[in-house]
Amino acid sequence: MTTTRLAITATGLRKAYGEQVVLDGIDLTVAEGTVYALLGPNGAGKTTTVQILSTLAAADGGEVRVGGHDPLRDPRAVRAQIGVTGQFAAVDAMLTGEENLLLMADLHHLGRREGRRRAGELLERFGLADAAGKLPSAYSGGMRRRLDLAMTLVGEPRIIFLDEPTTGLDPRSRHAMWQIVRDLVAGGVTVFLTTQYLDEADQLADRIGVLNGGRLVAEGTAEELKRLVPGGHVRLRFADPAAYERAVRVLRGAAHDDEALTLQFPSDGSTRELKSLLDWLEAESIEAEHLTVHTPDLDDVFFALTTEAGDAPAPTGAPATTTAPLKESLR
Amino acid sequence: MSTLSYTVTDSVTMLRRNLKHAVRYPSMTIPVVVIPVVLLLLFVYVFGNALGAGVAPGAHGHYVDYVAPGIILMATTYGSVSVAVHICSDMTEGIVNRFRTLSISRAAVLNGHVLGGVIQTLLTVVLVVGAALLTGFRPDATPLEWLATAGLLTLVIVALTMLSAAMGLRAKTVEAASNAPFPLTFLPFLGSAIVPTDSMPTAVRWFAEYQPFTPVTETLRGLLMGTAIGDSAVIAVAWCLGLTVLGFFWARSAYDRA
Ligand SMILES: Nc1ncnc2c1ncn2[C@@H]1O[C@H](COP(=O)(O)OP(=O)(O)OP(=O)(O)O)[C@@H](O)[C@H]1O
Ligand SMILES: [Mg+2]
Repeated sequence: MTTTRLAITATGLRKAYGEQVVLDGIDLTVAEGTVYALLGPNGAGKTTTVQILSTLAAADGGEVRVGGHDPLRDPRAVRAQIGVTGQFAAVDAMLTGEENLLLMADLHHLGRREGRRRAGELLERFGLADAAGKLPSAYSGGMRRRLDLAMTLVGEPRIIFLDEPTTGLDPRSRHAMWQIVRDLVAGGVTVFLTTQYLDEADQLADRIGVLNGGRLVAEGTAEELKRLVPGGHVRLRFADPAAYERAVRVLRGAAHDDEALTLQFPSDGSTRELKSLLDWLEAESIEAEHLTVHTPDLDDVFFALTTEAGDAPAPTGAPATTTAPLKESLR
Repeated sequence: MSTLSYTVTDSVTMLRRNLKHAVRYPSMTIPVVVIPVVLLLLFVYVFGNALGAGVAPGAHGHYVDYVAPGIILMATTYGSVSVAVHICSDMTEGIVNRFRTLSISRAAVLNGHVLGGVIQTLLTVVLVVGAALLTGFRPDATPLEWLATAGLLTLVIVALTMLSAAMGLRAKTVEAASNAPFPLTFLPFLGSAIVPTDSMPTAVRWFAEYQPFTPVTETLRGLLMGTAIGDSAVIAVAWCLGLTVLGFFWARSAYDRA
């Protein structure tokens, strides 16, 4: 049996800036060759966590090991194994894309030949070959982000930190970034990323931690997290107020919105359930204009776990937990 | 490779980066050359007749021969001071955070700036010397004395650049970084660069005689024009080495904190 080796471990991680406690005892473990996503609202402490793990900031307390070493006591050993792409672009604005990569190659002591080879390869792989001779100021946001990541990869790090790697990218660039991350992981690299996009965590991460109010309020796989909230529901929208009235009278348990003429029931979204719903509407001659199925996603988890302390109000589409399940309403 | 040779390699890499910046964005470097040249022209052609009357050394007695070593020294201050601005604005660039996560020598970024600054300032000094020669500066230095001049100027530049780098690292804004080392550019005026110190009011004279630029000016003048040096040379070198060491430790602690 092979035991999974851990690339990153932190226990009881604490950090305060003055009076403000940012991290209040965080425990995390990231197995080698996996993706860990740290989710959290603005100001939750994601960047702070990345900075501590990547030797940029000192924790006030707790035990941290990155690649087997303590970032505080042995930063060099940690730095030799990590690559960091921070939240804000860390490129040299006065050097061209290629020069930026060659600078990294020099600082990794790759030698001229190998440096040129790797820079060329990364420019090609990140679709920057045509822009290699241009300054980053002539790059689009997505190109700059790719250059930023390419620079991180010059040293072929085994552990990579990505702080909000796709913030500000369009959907195509975001998908391209996801593919890059998947390729890295396929090559055995460990990725620790932070994000505000839940679908991103869902797409990429083996494990997800939700950071709120200085603590990890939930941790697990995307599936495990989704099970934490009763988020699935079906929503019916009516065009005809009379039909809506009738449906409300019959389906007494459902949450309803009289202005939007919508009804909402908790549901797992299975075809069996939907069929019985449609059959019932048919039988009662109630015509619903629209039916939407909402399966629980990480947004639900996010809102459920981060609203208390946070400032964001719950969305109107949040599941109504007091309503009776669809099956019972139909009986 | 050893840690030391990595430090050297990384410092050279940072130096290359720095020189590339300077070549690509000469807007900082040009004023550094232009200001001393304008001062030279001003003092030689505008004030020269009035100031030169009693001070000119050498056989033909031109004021340019008195003032040129002082202006050359000023060129070193202007050049060095610009390092504070460079280093301060560089520290605000995201790339510096990236450098911090690399397994590179801690001092490399600082070394790159200081070395780059020293090289640029030496080049501007060469240009200013050229300008002085064009305006009639006629030094009588032997090759050995020229060499000693270059050595002393290098020591001065290293000391000033180190101090200026520390000030740049401590400054919170680029504006503050450009102001902090500015007094350094005035010090030659309050020494014997433009006129001899014994023509000054008592308080200023007392300051002028004990501040580092006066022995440096006197040594330069002696090397280039053959005036008496006395113990100025030893005092000048001691000042330079002392300020370099001070600047080095100050800059290093400032870099660690920045
Ligand atoms: N250097 C600092 N000095 C003082 N306070 C800080 C510092 N860095 C971060 N903070 C505070 O710590 C808290 C967490 O910041 P952090 O940048 O880690 O959040 P984040 O989760 O990355 O947020 P975002 O999603 O906006 O990037 C914030 O309230 C911030 O104001
Ligand atoms: Mg952040």
